[in-house]
Amino acid sequence: MSEEIIGKDVKRIKALEKVTGSAQFVHDMEVQGMLHAKMKLSPHAHARIINIDTSKAESLPGVWTVLTGKDLPYKVGLYLVDKDILASKKVRYQGEPVAAVAAETIETAEKAVELIDIEYEVLDHVLDVKDAVKEDAPLVHEDLAELERAPVFFPQPGTNIAHHTKIRKGDIEKGFKEADYIIENEFDLPMVDHTAMETHTSIAQWKPGKKVKLWTSAQSPFAVRNLLANGLNLNHEDIEVVVPYVGGGFGGKAGIHFEPLVTCLSRASEGRPVKIVMSRMEEFNSVPVRQGLYSKLKTGVTKEGKIVAQETEFLWDSGANADYGVNVTRAAATAGVGPYEIDNVKLDSKTVYTNKIFGTAYRGFGHLEILWAIERQMDLIAEEIKISPYEFRMKNALREGSVTVTGEHIGDSHGKVTECLEAVAKEIDFDNRGSDDLKPGKKRGKGIALLHKAPAMPTNTGTAAFLKFNENGTVNLTVSLVDYGQGTYTALAQIVADQLKIPVEKVNVVWEQNTETQPYDWQTVASKGLFMSGNATIKACEDMKKQLKEVAAQPLRSSVEDLIIEDEKVKIRHHKDKCITFKELAMGYTYPNGNAIGGPLVARGNYIAQGLSNLDPETGQGLPALDWTYGAHAVEVIADQETGEFEVVKIASAFDIGKTINKSNVIGQIQGGVIQGYGSAVMEGYQFSEDGKLLTNSFTDYKVPSIADIPELKPILIENAQKDGPYGARGVAEHPMISVPPAVGNALHDALGVKIKEMPVIPEKIFELIEKKNNS
Amino acid sequence: MKTINLTVNKRKYQLNVKENEILLDVLRTKLNFTGTKEGCGEGECGACTIIMDDKAVTSCLILAVEADGSELETIEGQSIGEDISVIQEAFIEENAIQCGFCTPGMIISAKALLDRNPNPSEEEIDIALSGNICRCTGYYSIREAVKRAAEKKGGNK
Repeated sequence: MSEEIIGKDVKRIKALEKVTGSAQFVHDMEVQGMLHAKMKLSPHAHARIINIDTSKAESLPGVWTVLTGKDLPYKVGLYLVDKDILASKKVRYQGEPVAAVAAETIETAEKAVELIDIEYEVLDHVLDVKDAVKEDAPLVHEDLAELERAPVFFPQPGTNIAHHTKIRKGDIEKGFKEADYIIENEFDLPMVDHTAMETHTSIAQWKPGKKVKLWTSAQSPFAVRNLLANGLNLNHEDIEVVVPYVGGGFGGKAGIHFEPLVTCLSRASEGRPVKIVMSRMEEFNSVPVRQGLYSKLKTGVTKEGKIVAQETEFLWDSGANADYGVNVTRAAATAGVGPYEIDNVKLDSKTVYTNKIFGTAYRGFGHLEILWAIERQMDLIAEEIKISPYEFRMKNALREGSVTVTGEHIGDSHGKVTECLEAVAKEIDFDNRGSDDLKPGKKRGKGIALLHKAPAMPTNTGTAAFLKFNENGTVNLTVSLVDYGQGTYTALAQIVADQLKIPVEKVNVVWEQNTETQPYDWQTVASKGLFMSGNATIKACEDMKKQLKEVAAQPLRSSVEDLIIEDEKVKIRHHKDKCITFKELAMGYTYPNGNAIGGPLVARGNYIAQGLSNLDPETGQGLPALDWTYGAHAVEVIADQETGEFEVVKIASAFDIGKTINKSNVIGQIQGGVIQGYGSAVMEGYQFSEDGKLLTNSFTDYKVPSIADIPELKPILIENAQKDGPYGARGVAEHPMISVPPAVGNALHDALGVKIKEMPVIPEKIFELIEKKNNS
Repeated sequence: MKTINLTVNKRKYQLNVKENEILLDVLRTKLNFTGTKEGCGEGECGACTIIMDDKAVTSCLILAVEADGSELETIEGQSIGEDISVIQEAFIEENAIQCGFCTPGMIISAKALLDRNPNPSEEEIDIALSGNICRCTGYYSIREAVKRAAEKKGGNK
């Protein structure tokens, strides 16, 4: 039984609750006496707040509390503490919350918000990162020097630069001298929204003694607790954060969002619980997004096709707050030349403030963005030096013995990007391009793109797991990783089943998260969940097995060394008929005469990232990566040579995941991720008016893929084991969406010969490029 | 206020609602059918899909007074205790679920489709479900689940 459980398609935990509608999300929750909150949002991209008159709102019957920035002298932030809970002094983007109301009904709260009068003095604003780094640009944060920050981030006071990561490897000038070709290009992509189906929702209940209980749609209960404690100056142990079912996250529910606001509203409302639910419009306008990115790449290549120099500038459009943006900038820099070995690198990655909704974590954490530029550049170079895009990538790809941009040596525990490339190219018959069987005016094109990503996290990121036996010999596993759709709990249950040799049906993974009772986990982000919680779970199982044997050794009159675990029993290795069941040991073993030993069994395991180091601020050298997951996509398109309209016919996607724990869930992650990447590639993107108003603030104007949009998809799993991963596994949560856009762009380039450099790739833009090409 | 009569999952309700009250809100907050979700409030995402007089509708766009006298079916009406419907079974078997927030709406859209067309083509499935956004699964498993449900119900495909 147990040999087969790893890799088996065990059905998803909580599937029954989800298909019957009984799964309760914070959206569905009500707490006795609950009030409803609504926010007043800034209509301006950048404006000084002259006066706020809340008197009419306050006198509306049913209104309990009206708060403005003046009432909340706190700032919150993950790495750079730069965000007001409600704007104080000035607003920095259209949609920024300026005031908030708690009232008995949502209708009253909405009415009260309308009655708040705010007088603004409109200031010059800046929307484009290239403008924002100019010397005379309006400053988004004048007080950058005074802000509290994590020591590994370096804001530049007097500018809009919140952080600058530098990577220096080899000698860039020498590298360009060795080059036969130097190719320069610029690439752009806009902000996009996570559009998790459950919008951000939180309920807070303030309690006497400066305590608070929160129910929130968050990815990371302990991060919420920690940031709330720091932001509002509360004790960690006085904050209870509960996370039930969460309707999607994709990075958008990492960190902290509206929890501080509802906490303050509840505190000001005599401890009445207060619920806030983002409308879809607010979700687009006032909840952080994926950052935009401008990239400038200058690449030196020999005529044999070896890349010898790479100079890169990334300007990240972080919007009005640094939030995760500064860490995206850092993490993406560590992967900043793609999965290639280049001896001479000069890379500058800057987080730039603008007067737009701020950026945060989004599945891929900067890697989809940089790989748009890197993988398009690869094809633009291949065309210029007349080499096959496949050969060009193979020549330069990381492999055993390579050294990365941060000085990491690729060894035999790393995955193999070359195998991923080989697999996807074969799947779409990449070598066979150009021969066409289509109607006149239509062209077939094929494109490939590689990807890599490691978890972006502090060097000391840790997690823990508890195991306890129930009276009937089943076990409960408790972790603080949140399963908001990834399926990680199912994989963890399979690990426990395999370790303890019990049927997977007897493993209950505790679903609802609560910081009061659960062991610590840093955050549910970065594709590190199965890796780290898997390792912690294995250690908890080892602890449990040790305890089972220690108790059983006495009645079995055996040494611990002679005991084995099998079939839910502790057995004497060479006399297997002498055994005791887990059920008999679970609550303590009782001898026939009534004497008892042991006690209820509880076990624990923990895991901390090992060997990671902070990057050198001047060169970026260090070890940032727990594990790298490599992958590749190949895309086939049919495009219209006149209009630029196109259809993506097929996508093949391969990932070196090390080891499959649950195939069905891995395939699910790949399918969902690829289609999210496909959305980024061909349809999604924030658009702003010249005065900084968001134009795409509904599903009418911001389209995401529907079931009618999806192309044929072939997922391919490659398994070169990660030695320190659980059973050899690596994370693959974010990776499927990375590099889908350049694979589509490369396929269209192949079909039409157009040099696409801007996302999303839409027919209008291709049409312009066709026209340009025809006219030149 | 107006008094309306609704039949929800074969049970009859009489209640007072305001003229501008949305059917979705009445179902969720007054009748506690919280399995029906709100994803956008503007009829674009399908999370609030219910069946009203045999047709799939987005309940966020319907006034409660408009539903007076109607027969409604929500996700809660698809199973009795542990006994789940063929469509629900197929969603579990095909792993057509991730976070679960769009799932009730998806299942209801699939139910309305299979009720009127027990043997849908892939294109017909896509058309019927194209108003339901799922951000997690990429839809492949959902499409397979609807096909499987049709097979289980005795369709030919």
